Amino acid sequence: MSVSEHEPPAAEREPGSWSGAVREWAVRTLPPEKALPDKQPSYVASWIYVFGVLSLSSLAVIILSGTILALKGPGWWHFTGIGHFFNSIHLWSVELFFFVMVIHLWGKYFMAAWRGGRKGVWITGAVTFLVAIPCALTGYVSQQNFDAQWISTQAKDAMNAAGIGSFFNLLNFGQMYSYHILLLPAAVVAIVAGHVLLVRKHGVVPPFEVPAATSPAGREGSGPSDGRKVSS
Amino acid sequence: MSRRERLAEDDSYREWKGGYRSYDILKEASIAFGVILALAVVLTILFSSPDEKPSTVQSWARTDPVDFVTTATTELDGSSDTGGYGPPYNHASEGQHILFIRPQKWLGVSHPVNTAQDFVLAPLRSITSQPALQAAVSAYESASPAQQAKWTTAYENALAKANATADNTAISLPPGDYGPLPTMMTGLLGFAQSGGLDGALLTSKQFYQTDYTKPLLFMADGGVLSNRAQAEHLLGGQWGMMNETGSYPGQVWLWLYTFWYQIKPFSTSANADILVMAIMGVLSLALILVPFIPGVRDIPRWIPIYKLIWREHYRSLRT
Repeated sequence: MSVSEHEPPAAEREPGSWSGAVREWAVRTLPPEKALPDKQPSYVASWIYVFGVLSLSSLAVIILSGTILALKGPGWWHFTGIGHFFNSIHLWSVELFFFVMVIHLWGKYFMAAWRGGRKGVWITGAVTFLVAIPCALTGYVSQQNFDAQWISTQAKDAMNAAGIGSFFNLLNFGQMYSYHILLLPAAVVAIVAGHVLLVRKHGVVPPFEVPAATSPAGREGSGPSDGRKVSS
Repeated sequence: MSRRERLAEDDSYREWKGGYRSYDILKEASIAFGVILALAVVLTILFSSPDEKPSTVQSWARTDPVDFVTTATTELDGSSDTGGYGPPYNHASEGQHILFIRPQKWLGVSHPVNTAQDFVLAPLRSITSQPALQAAVSAYESASPAQQAKWTTAYENALAKANATADNTAISLPPGDYGPLPTMMTGLLGFAQSGGLDGALLTSKQFYQTDYTKPLLFMADGGVLSNRAQAEHLLGGQWGMMNETGSYPGQVWLWLYTFWYQIKPFSTSANADILVMAIMGVLSLALILVPFIPGVRDIPRWIPIYKLIWREHYRSLRT
């Protein structure tokens, strides 16, 4: 590596540098103004858009409350008031997470938010929902109470019938706790991170261009200039 | 619309060429986090969270000794649910299947459970201080399978008419030829009521225990869990998969999963679990692949909810 008296401009990199190549690719793919925007397309003006960030916020509260529960161990919340408080925060943030995530999902469906090269955004979002389900399930069976006993002994049949039960034993508290506090949350966070980066890269999907004959703009005689229209 | 036209239209949505408005992503995220945290705290203060104490083998044996002994006898002769389950616990059956697809069988016995040995005989063998009990166990083990079956069948028939004593510490049965079973089951009931069986079922090759497969399977074979579940509306026929103890919301997101169990043929099929898993697997895949499925991907155009979502945008086009 050569040593220069002055640092090179940010855009330049040493030939053959892996780090520099990755940096250039990252900045090219997701420039700072897209990653942390201070402006949005004018059509982003509906309450439905709030549910994406509410989903992320719920996930953050889940992770924070779950981290506190993990720090004190799985039995703590059963015999302390403060532990039960954080367990309740954890439960309600999970309920909120699924509630806002489902609204977010339906909203994006009716926006056909996969248009314009955004299929990856939809796929990562749908996979997040699907991975969150076993993440929650492993939490329910890690509770060490009657709920955990009943859910685990009932849900085992579906797992066993599908062959999953041979390596994913709902009756094994140790295994389920590992899945719940590390493996599945890590998967959810990783997929959500990819989802958010894809959203930032591609931006929010633009509105459908309505047919000129029926659109409000069309009635005003100034329909979409590019002739795009809604059709199947 | 031709494929080329579709691709061209799709391509036109890649970049927004219109106007922008000011926005602060970090401010929005901070406010949203505050709102969710506040909501979670308010819900916690108002409703807390459920925590029903777990059942134990000891509490089961003390509150319903007849059910405990009946279940233990079915474990002994292998007629319990676990005894006839198949993989991943034993080879008693091949498990569920769809046509020739038998994942339960293919993945084999990964958590071996011998209900007679694990739930009854081995725990009884650990009570070395009772010679009469050990003699009874030896008598049972040395008997022919036909003789064992004769005893257990007679004992199970008698258990249907059995009563617990007033203090629930023992059960009384009509007289009959039950071989060593009364001695064995009295020993097992006493062991369970003392709490010893809870520990014996967890015992493995190591000091630390985290695997509750055996005690949970044993309890699930009896009525101790299902009776409580029924009272809490948690049974499968009560849409229990999405319910929670008390009046709390449960895993509501499983509504579609549990829906299938409510209707035929799933509600009556011996292969319901694998059938429902297969359906949900296909539907999950369909959810992921919505952008590629003709018809499903076009519904948002046909049901113009987007006009409501983007009404400001369309209104601005008018002006």
